[in-house]
Amino acid sequence: MAVTLVFLGKLADLVGTDQRVVQAPLDWQGLLDELQGPIGEAVQQDRTRVAVNGALLADKTALSAVSGDEVALLPPVSGG
Amino acid sequence: MARDVRLLTEPFNPGQFIGPFTNAHPGLGGVCTFVGEVRADDDAVEALELIHYEKMTLAGMEDLADRAIARFDLMGLLVIHRSGVMRVGEPIVLVSAAAKHRREAIDAVDFTMDHLKSDSWFWKREKRADGWHWIEPRERDHTDLSRWG
Repeated sequence: MAVTLVFLGKLADLVGTDQRVVQAPLDWQGLLDELQGPIGEAVQQDRTRVAVNGALLADKTALSAVSGDEVALLPPVSGG
Repeated sequence: MARDVRLLTEPFNPGQFIGPFTNAHPGLGGVCTFVGEVRADDDAVEALELIHYEKMTLAGMEDLADRAIARFDLMGLLVIHRSGVMRVGEPIVLVSAAAKHRREAIDAVDFTMDHLKSDSWFWKREKRADGWHWIEPRERDHTDLSRWG
């Protein structure tokens, strides 16, 4: 089993896909190692939020995902 | 209290929902309904796409509906939002509130719309001749939200 990364909005364009499967477990540093270049910079911006299995993290740097988790990377919403 | 919250991925006809919603609340004093559609203010826009996140978007809409219900004295609240690709003139959103008194119904719809526009999990892009462009959050949406404290 592994961790599934989900890229929402324009973040999906930066990586060229809306999902990627990575090795578990995954912490914040592991996520940054995984996401190099423009996507890594976008994920570090204050306004980009992170959710695990649909629950928003108050502090994304406290990310601690285990096998089977889905980690969503959420850029600022543009509204309905 | 009847709460009906839906996230639809296909075009919908608002009238098909408003009629039954109104009929389901005999004895109401007023119904307020807002329908938002894809605007035609820019000929260059060929289509609009809303992207949602399965694990959060509908849950967030349900939470918003619960907050509106807690805040206003309602008999029923209907919230419908589209996701996917839409063309000019297609409905995007429908919010309808039934209450004993008009002010509660009107304010509940206003509150729900302001929060849907600025504080719900949707990402929007529009298609122009040269391809798709992401829409950034608007400052106006945040000032609208601040009206509610």
